[in-house]
Amino acid sequence: MIFWKLLYTFCKIGIFNFGGGYAMLALIQNEVVEKNGWMTSAEFTDIVATSQITPGPIGINVATYAGYTAVINAGYDPAFAVFGAFLSSFSVILLPFIAMLVVGRYLMRHKDNPIVQTVLSYLKLAVVGLIAAAALLLVNPETFGTFAESPLQLFLSIALFAAAFFASLKWKTSPILLIVLAGVVGFVVYYL
Amino acid sequence: MVSIWQLFWSFFKIGTFTIGGGYAMIPLMEKELVDRHGWLTEEEFMEILALSQTMPGIFAANMATYVGWRLRGILGAVFSVIGNILMPILIILALAMGLHYVQGNPVVEAIFKGVRPVVVALIAAPVFRMAKTANVTRYNFWIPVVAALLIWLLDVSPIWVIVATVIGGFLYGKFVEGKEATS
Repeated sequence: MIFWKLLYTFCKIGIFNFGGGYAMLALIQNEVVEKNGWMTSAEFTDIVATSQITPGPIGINVATYAGYTAVINAGYDPAFAVFGAFLSSFSVILLPFIAMLVVGRYLMRHKDNPIVQTVLSYLKLAVVGLIAAAALLLVNPETFGTFAESPLQLFLSIALFAAAFFASLKWKTSPILLIVLAGVVGFVVYYL
Repeated sequence: MVSIWQLFWSFFKIGTFTIGGGYAMIPLMEKELVDRHGWLTEEEFMEILALSQTMPGIFAANMATYVGWRLRGILGAVFSVIGNILMPILIILALAMGLHYVQGNPVVEAIFKGVRPVVVALIAAPVFRMAKTANVTRYNFWIPVVAALLIWLLDVSPIWVIVATVIGGFLYGKFVEGKEATS
């Protein structure tokens, strides 16, 4: 049943997330887009964009959206979909919530333990790879377009990617500003 | 004593007024919990911050859990977390309902066509920023590279990469570094 599947999937995403929202994206993409097909790669990218310009952690935002969409696509009423959205969002925080209460105090006392420190330093390294994978997985025809379909879209996509990458890394330009500007460019070029 | 409603309200404000993910909440949390109400000292706040980053899960929710628990026990933890994520859930829910109506709308599609490559760039940029804080050197850079390739090209679940890293790091810390320390 879809509700159990949402509960199970988002519990998994929650407890295996180390290293912040961006690190979570590879995990969410793997579970939500590839394994369960609850949304397309383009939809996933759109919800990441939306999450950057709305309040709240990216993990909660994607869980809410995926929960709603998955239940609608399974053929249920919107009322059940609202339940699905809440269920998914609470599932993401359920196991970390328990872990914080059970292990939190213990870890607070042992945070200087050398083995804990070694494990954490290796996790940090793996997280860099996780985020790189999340970005690489999203470089696809759904997000960049194809040469065969529209050379203009592909070239503009590459230019926008390069400009945003440079601005974000060099000048730490706010993601909100970059997304809004890209939206304006998209509207002007593709609609007008 | 802090009331659970006060906790709920504080975290509701923190969750509602920070755009762009959990880490954007840090300054507002500090202002609300340390400066405004004095519920935590600066030092306690920094300790809980470090713990919340270390533990798995969503950083902001972890913060809310521990602060709520510290001040009012289990009930405080529950109300703080719910307060923190309630508004974000409601906003995305409203957008999800709206998006189902405008799906295929040419204006929305045109805007998102421009936005998608920028989202990819926004995910790619932190890779290089974080490579510095994670202390990537020429001896260990194979770890992030292998992790990325496994997930990207071989469709390995990130869960296995995390599990393997924790086990590998534990064994290395216990048997290699541990021995060096005693010998």
